[in-house]
Amino acid sequence: MIGNGSAPAPFASFPGPTVRSVNDPFHGDLLEVSMGPQHPSTHGVFRMVVTLDGELIIKLKPVFGYLHRNHEKIAENTTYLGSMPYTDRLDYLCSMSTNWAYALAVEKLAGQAVPERAQYVRVILAEMTRLVNHSCLVGFLFNDLGTSFTPLLYAFREREKFLDLFEALSGSRMMCNYQRFGGCRVDPSSEWLEAARQIVENYPRFLDEYETMLTGNEIMLARTQGIGRLGLAQAINAGITGPVLRASGGSYDVRKVDGYGFYPRFDFRVPLGEHGDTYDRYMLRILEMRESVKILQQAFRDIPAGPIMDPKAKLRGFRPKAGEAYGRIEGPKGELGFYLISDGSPNPYRYRVRPPTLINLTLLEEMCLGHTIADAVVILGSIDIVLGEVDR
Amino acid sequence: MESLEQIRDRLRAYFPAAQVLIVTNPGVAAEHSLLVDAAHGRDIALFLRDDSALALDYCSNATGVDWPDKEITDSVKTAVPDPAGGAPKIIEQKTTRLQPGCLEAVYHLYSMKLRHGPVILRLRTANRSDQTTLPSLTPIWRSCDFQEREIYDLYGIIFEGHPDLRRLLMWEGFKDHPMRKDYVDPDDYEWEPTAHAQVLERAKAHFPAAPKPEVPKP
Repeated sequence: MIGNGSAPAPFASFPGPTVRSVNDPFHGDLLEVSMGPQHPSTHGVFRMVVTLDGELIIKLKPVFGYLHRNHEKIAENTTYLGSMPYTDRLDYLCSMSTNWAYALAVEKLAGQAVPERAQYVRVILAEMTRLVNHSCLVGFLFNDLGTSFTPLLYAFREREKFLDLFEALSGSRMMCNYQRFGGCRVDPSSEWLEAARQIVENYPRFLDEYETMLTGNEIMLARTQGIGRLGLAQAINAGITGPVLRASGGSYDVRKVDGYGFYPRFDFRVPLGEHGDTYDRYMLRILEMRESVKILQQAFRDIPAGPIMDPKAKLRGFRPKAGEAYGRIEGPKGELGFYLISDGSPNPYRYRVRPPTLINLTLLEEMCLGHTIADAVVILGSIDIVLGEVDR
Repeated sequence: MESLEQIRDRLRAYFPAAQVLIVTNPGVAAEHSLLVDAAHGRDIALFLRDDSALALDYCSNATGVDWPDKEITDSVKTAVPDPAGGAPKIIEQKTTRLQPGCLEAVYHLYSMKLRHGPVILRLRTANRSDQTTLPSLTPIWRSCDFQEREIYDLYGIIFEGHPDLRRLLMWEGFKDHPMRKDYVDPDDYEWEPTAHAQVLERAKAHFPAAPKPEVPKP
């Protein structure tokens, strides 16, 4: 227009906003927002394509794959033991229990026995991992709520103690690579067990302090009660597991159902939620931590002396017989399963991780519909995802 | 829970046209599985979910397995009598045949209500190239939603009746299926055509290559 000599068009002659029908997906009131992949509230590289009507979510599509490195293919091209360190990188907050899930599946595939002491050590480490995961999750949840960073720092203070224990035992704070097929890599010394016992003894005091600060918190109550409700039948059909399912009232804990490891020897209860909202998911984790402390106390009391590795276990030249096995554990985030097919070679023919966090996201859209963006952040925080495991 | 043979017999009685086989697992775990033909896959899955004695309401794991074409060598030994009266001579004849491969979808089913399981359900495609369609079980268990998308993405099984069959982990526009056994990954994932090659081509017009020096013949 500029430079051809004609006068600029008057403002009134501009075509006004066209009136579209409400059913039009690009109705003027609707806004499509891409949240992520680099967004602090998504806990990693996770993206949600959200359609908003004002501030309310009317559609939400999760987008995955930003951290995909085809873990399964890598594991199929290496030996059974070779992919043990890679399992640390799945759920990098809970490497001890992820190691166990993989070791459990391989032991099931190869018919490998595990000595009693190793079973106790596994229970101890898995429950410590649960304490670490749940306390940090609650911290992150409050961070997502926008209250402050303080609860997270309280949780990290406690987490450091456990990470020091993991480091003393396995040499690494987070990437532990500790379990082996038929036992554990290092035998914990009596000093380590005593130190661990004391930290666990002091843990309920931290939990009380944590709960004083958080449970009755007004922001917490206002922002989480009745938010992101999930019905039980829907949750079961969508394969939701772990604390998210139990918060909706589904009594399903693989520790009780399968009784893997030595869990049947321990006396603990499975807390259940009633409403299935974000608040229940928070409260359930607090209750689960208290049960974990109970399990740990029993484990420190009962742990026997003995070998940490089965003497018949083969570390080198490990070739399970042809066949397949599916091993699963109750990870801190839900049911973590490993499906393995062996063709008799040193590498698994098929190696599959059943990621609890990916499947728990199935109903994210249903949970978020009708809530605001700020609530979606909290709902996502209460599902507890780790992108290392979602994308694999 | 009733045994797998009982489940198979009940399925055969209920779906007379369906093919239901037991795939034995030779390993230590001995978790045998049910192989079901694709045409009846969804009806059988619905039966397994809604039957009151089984109530397999929870599909824990859905995954794909690739079985490439396999060459199998059969050897037949025949004894040929020696006309000279000695011991019969044994001749070994080897024949090779091609066992066609397939793609397989494996579902691990549990019951949350009755707390039993797993029942392992397998569906196989006709081949690995052009007939890779299986019925989607997402309408029956919602938990298969992302997992079937992942199988489609990484193995290339097309799930008929899936509400939203898109790639899950690889990006849109990616051509191959990386979990297949014969997948060859590209040397450079990030290569894309640039104008650089064309610029070089045009530059040749301005700077024609110097004539090759004639090598004197010895």
